[in-house]
Amino acid sequence: MQKAQIKHPFLTRRDIIGYAILAAVIFVLFPAILDSFRLNLFGKYLTYAFVAVGLTLCWGVGGILSLGQGIFFGLGGYCMAMFLKLEASTPENTAIQSTPGIPDFMDWNQLTALPWWWEPFYSLPFALLAVVAVPVIFAFIISFAMFTRRVSGVYFAIITQAVVAILAILIIGQQGYTGGVNGITDLRTLLGWDIRTEEAKTTLYFVNAVLLFTVLFVAQFVRKSKMGRLLIAMRDQEDRVRFSGYNVASFKIFIFCLGAAFAGIGGAMFTLQVGFMSPTLIGIVPSIEMVIFCAVGGRMSIIGAVYGALLVNWAKTTFSESFPELWLFGLGALFIAVVMAFPNGLAGVWVEKIEPLIKKFWPGGAKDTVAPAAKPNPAE
Amino acid sequence: MFSDYSMSELTAIFAMQGFAGLILFSVFVLMALGLAIIFGQMGVINMAHGEFMILGAYVTYLMSNLFADYMPALFGMYFFVAMIFAFFASGALGMLVEWSLIRHLYKRPLDTLLATWGLSLILQQVYRSVFGAREVGVSIPNWMMGSYPITDLIEIPINGMFVMTLAISISLAVYIMMYRSGWGKQVRAINNNRQMADAVGINTAWTDRMTFGIGCGVAGVAGSAFTMIGSTGPTAGQLYIVDTFLVVVFGGAGSLLGTIASAFSISQAQSIMEFFLSGSMAKVLTLLVVVGILMVRPQGLFTLKLRK
Repeated sequence: MQKAQIKHPFLTRRDIIGYAILAAVIFVLFPAILDSFRLNLFGKYLTYAFVAVGLTLCWGVGGILSLGQGIFFGLGGYCMAMFLKLEASTPENTAIQSTPGIPDFMDWNQLTALPWWWEPFYSLPFALLAVVAVPVIFAFIISFAMFTRRVSGVYFAIITQAVVAILAILIIGQQGYTGGVNGITDLRTLLGWDIRTEEAKTTLYFVNAVLLFTVLFVAQFVRKSKMGRLLIAMRDQEDRVRFSGYNVASFKIFIFCLGAAFAGIGGAMFTLQVGFMSPTLIGIVPSIEMVIFCAVGGRMSIIGAVYGALLVNWAKTTFSESFPELWLFGLGALFIAVVMAFPNGLAGVWVEKIEPLIKKFWPGGAKDTVAPAAKPNPAE
Repeated sequence: MFSDYSMSELTAIFAMQGFAGLILFSVFVLMALGLAIIFGQMGVINMAHGEFMILGAYVTYLMSNLFADYMPALFGMYFFVAMIFAFFASGALGMLVEWSLIRHLYKRPLDTLLATWGLSLILQQVYRSVFGAREVGVSIPNWMMGSYPITDLIEIPINGMFVMTLAISISLAVYIMMYRSGWGKQVRAINNNRQMADAVGINTAWTDRMTFGIGCGVAGVAGSAFTMIGSTGPTAGQLYIVDTFLVVVFGGAGSLLGTIASAFSISQAQSIMEFFLSGSMAKVLTLLVVVGILMVRPQGLFTLKLRK
């Protein structure tokens, strides 16, 4: 019997079309129709897409639900904010303080010298490295301890949530070192380049978009590699993969760290575009909301994660501006609906409902749309 | 750090902080008991557990107003009536939720987590729309006010004692229900092996619904007790949910004794440290130690030996 040669192309035709549409939306459509303020807002939403893509790999593909992506988003954001804050706190700018040259919140909290662990953040290369390295190291410690002891599923989710709680309380409690509940605010320049101007914000939007596409392609590569298929196998039948001789824990640790790295980059871009970082953005509630971005997009779909992050955040801004009461009802209903009615999110709706429609009216168009068996997968 | 205090003062500090810890312990136990039933026995993650608790607290608040307005003579008694109502209100809501939501998700624990989180958001907003965003407090009957002096330095608040008594009696009731009744046997049988339990004629669907309802009812009673020592707001439940889950996981899911032991150690550690460190650092340290221990010993303090 001839061995069937299964091809796993990096990009199928439908992937290419999907990425092309996404690129058109992000690079052309948004800048064309949105004013500078709104564009900055959408840039902010896109930073959450980094987290959602990481979650797609961890949760959708790998079956590891992390309720703690806010930690990594926050760590990345804080690393960036620390650099920007140090640059903004020159002795000239802070001459009115009792100790000039240190960030303002330290002065308010009677600190007279910069803590030693702030010192390296004077250097931009170090800060950029830390944006990725700190979340990854943190993720490694958590995941190494848990996965080598075969903790998974809901237990892992609860532990990550506890870690988020710890970090948020710590940041809020240690005002003098972290800026407390207000976070690190009043960030001005990046190597002398004012990030508060409209042009800078537009530039940062495009930098963010390019970074996002880089992350998307890394995610796509992992998803289509042998490792991506192993992760799915692990999600569905962890023991069988283990019995086949694979070291399950190391794959899980890798994917969790990768998700953390994505989230860290997103956090840093958030800080740059929004101009501050605070613990209210990374606590228990925001962390679990990040999961819904991924779930709305379709937990298995990398492109869907971006749309999910955009859609949920846009809805949040729109509704909480005009009907704050309705928003919590809406968000709550969204959590329930995405679990009960649309386990495959937007991507599922696209594959199951819209593509058949397109095929019906334009039979020649979508030839190689081999719809993957889109059935609700038990996420464990 | 101890040199500033005399010996008798130190004893008093430890006694008082220890007692504050005991009150926290009672609150943890009350909250964790419901979760120990739902999560420990059924394996369902109910992120809306705190909201079921708050429902009990609001029922108590309504009852206290009702008694104050219409039956002032019986005001001293209202709390017991309120507790019963809280149990049935939260329990009924719990059964409704099980029927409409949870039963479809038994095979997808992570999805249950997300769905119940959504439910908790909806419930919070309902409370906010009905009772307002501000925290409400109940008026405590006279006999529960004041404190009972043991020595010159050590005083014990009576409402704290009451909450403790309540925690102990409810723990006992849950223990008897789970381990000494036919119903408990059925629940544990389902937990061990659902298909076999089904095959020997246990009505698993109904038992699940009852179990979930009772777990939520216990949460309602916890919320009711909670009004005796603090005020109630729409988001109060969310503040405790992480702590409560940690208590149950740290104790070892499925072990009632473990839940109580872990509630005791966590609450004592936290309240004794609170005196010497700031409140937030005490909490951080406690949680860090708990998470650290869970990383080394993920199965928790007490584990049931089960073939899975």
